[in-house]
Amino acid sequence: MLRYLLSRLGRALVTLVLIVSAAFIVLRLSGDPAITILGPEAPPEAYAAFRAAWGLDQPIWIQYLKYFGAIAQGDLGNSMRDGRTALEVVGERVPMTLAITLPAFALNLLIGLPAGIFAALNRNTWADRAIMAGSVMGFTVPSFVMGLVLALIFAVKLRWLPSGGSDTISHAILPVVTMGVIGAAVIARFTRSAMLEVLGQPYVRTASAKGLVWREVIVGHVLPNAAIPTLTIIGFMVGSLVAGAVVVESIFSWPGVGRLLVTAVANRDLAVVQVIILMIGTTMVGANLAVDLAYGWVDPRLRTARLKTA
Amino acid sequence: MSAIPDPTSEPTSPASGSVFTAKAGARAFFEAWPPMVLIALAWIALCLVVVAFAPRIAPYDFLALDLRARLIPPVGMGGDWEHPLGTDELGRDVLSRLIQSVRVSMVIAFLSTLIAATLGVSLGFLAAWFRGRVEQAILMLIDAQAAMPFMIIALAALAFLGNSLTLFTILLGFHGWERIARISRGLAIAAQEQGYAAAVRDLGASPWRIYFRHILPNIASTLIVSMSLNFPEVILLESGLSFLGLGVQPPLTSLGNMVGYGRDYIQSAPWIMLAPAAAIVVTTLAISVIGDWLRDRFDPTLR
Repeated sequence: MLRYLLSRLGRALVTLVLIVSAAFIVLRLSGDPAITILGPEAPPEAYAAFRAAWGLDQPIWIQYLKYFGAIAQGDLGNSMRDGRTALEVVGERVPMTLAITLPAFALNLLIGLPAGIFAALNRNTWADRAIMAGSVMGFTVPSFVMGLVLALIFAVKLRWLPSGGSDTISHAILPVVTMGVIGAAVIARFTRSAMLEVLGQPYVRTASAKGLVWREVIVGHVLPNAAIPTLTIIGFMVGSLVAGAVVVESIFSWPGVGRLLVTAVANRDLAVVQVIILMIGTTMVGANLAVDLAYGWVDPRLRTARLKTA
Repeated sequence: MSAIPDPTSEPTSPASGSVFTAKAGARAFFEAWPPMVLIALAWIALCLVVVAFAPRIAPYDFLALDLRARLIPPVGMGGDWEHPLGTDELGRDVLSRLIQSVRVSMVIAFLSTLIAATLGVSLGFLAAWFRGRVEQAILMLIDAQAAMPFMIIALAALAFLGNSLTLFTILLGFHGWERIARISRGLAIAAQEQGYAAAVRDLGASPWRIYFRHILPNIASTLIVSMSLNFPEVILLESGLSFLGLGVQPPLTSLGNMVGYGRDYIQSAPWIMLAPAAAIVVTTLAISVIGDWLRDRFDPTLR
């Protein structure tokens, strides 16, 4: 298990290096930040000074190596806009993003899992059809449409909730519901098909044939087996929550990391963009790692198989 | 109404009989072509007509200003048929802009999906042909791409690449290639084991010929299904980025661009935003329905 863990960590690290490199290459090779920050009509000396100050006058591969060296030392550069460290600029936004993504994630699971399980157990009833019709939404309604329609109904027409800002807890409701409902729809759909897959297996028939109460069949045999494919989707949900946060924070003027990313990208604040990409990359790799380890926990077969191959 | 020749479905009607045959024929027809699929196909057909003939169908030029006719509500909200979907704050006809937007969004999504498919199939075949290190490198690329939400990659790349429409389309072409690469690699490896690939290789065919003339047609149905699932995602991605102001730029218009811009008038003129929003939802829904149907019908491997 330890060797398996180490090899998974190694692969996660390689993925992270690839992500950072890709971000670095794209960000550095396209567009000159000096012109963006100083404007097109600054004197040439100002450009030169700016480039020297930020190390932009050195060959790209030296910048690249220095960048990795700096990361290793925990130095992620300063924001070109306000001179504070990029980590600080991003860090102060993190709690705001967590404040909406964590409840949204909880909502995903709390609605999605029971709905999917219920739909599968009541296959082809009107309840199943209603849940599935609702879950189609998660695939076809983009978060910005969902967010704007909710804002139109609850903020503009009914005036129950504020349409943007972050002063009170009621400001968080619409962003959380927007992300929560869409993710729940996706999870419900995948949970249902995972359940149906398992319900068709011979061992389920055997379990009920040997006289187990249906509830015990479900809890003891169906749910653990259906959990495996469902876990994969939950891992993916972390990614879509992050991407969703970018859009949803922009709609509801929520001062989180997502909105910071959009402004930092528009301002070409390289250090900040890189910190955010690194952070999202780490989150994603961490989530995938957690999912992989959770596989071993829910599925003893994988544990032993891995011991043999690792 | 004659039954569609469908080798997979059992004949449900007896060979003769009058009323019963007609009824069974109708049932067989709707089993093969569910009403949802027919509606979805009709919508997509409509979209294709719009794509082909946009300037001729649109009642007005999508850029034409009419400052005397600003913010006219659509039919049903107090407007009249002169502007069926109303006008925006510059007096531009929303229906005409919608038609143009559908055209732009569909063309971008189509080209991007084509790029993703070409890239994915080529890399998948490369991995299947060379195996070893090349395959490992390609698989690593696939993993890295899948590890990051594409929205974030696109966001970072876009603002730094600038807002050229060509670059935007190519960038969106990087969405979903990894899934197609994974599928085509797997299918190509499986196909190599089969007799026909070995036979043409023994006849002296080049790898290019083996893969693109023999293996590709054999795995095409699976790939087409996979592309049809990629297409609505690209539409959503394009509209999301355009919504954030980082995709299609004015004066050109796209569905997401219209929503993003209509958002400023959500209080006074919600129809500016609702029309394109509905178009996005209906179009992606229609393509997903068709994609699922195609998968069930033509592709046993994805079932």
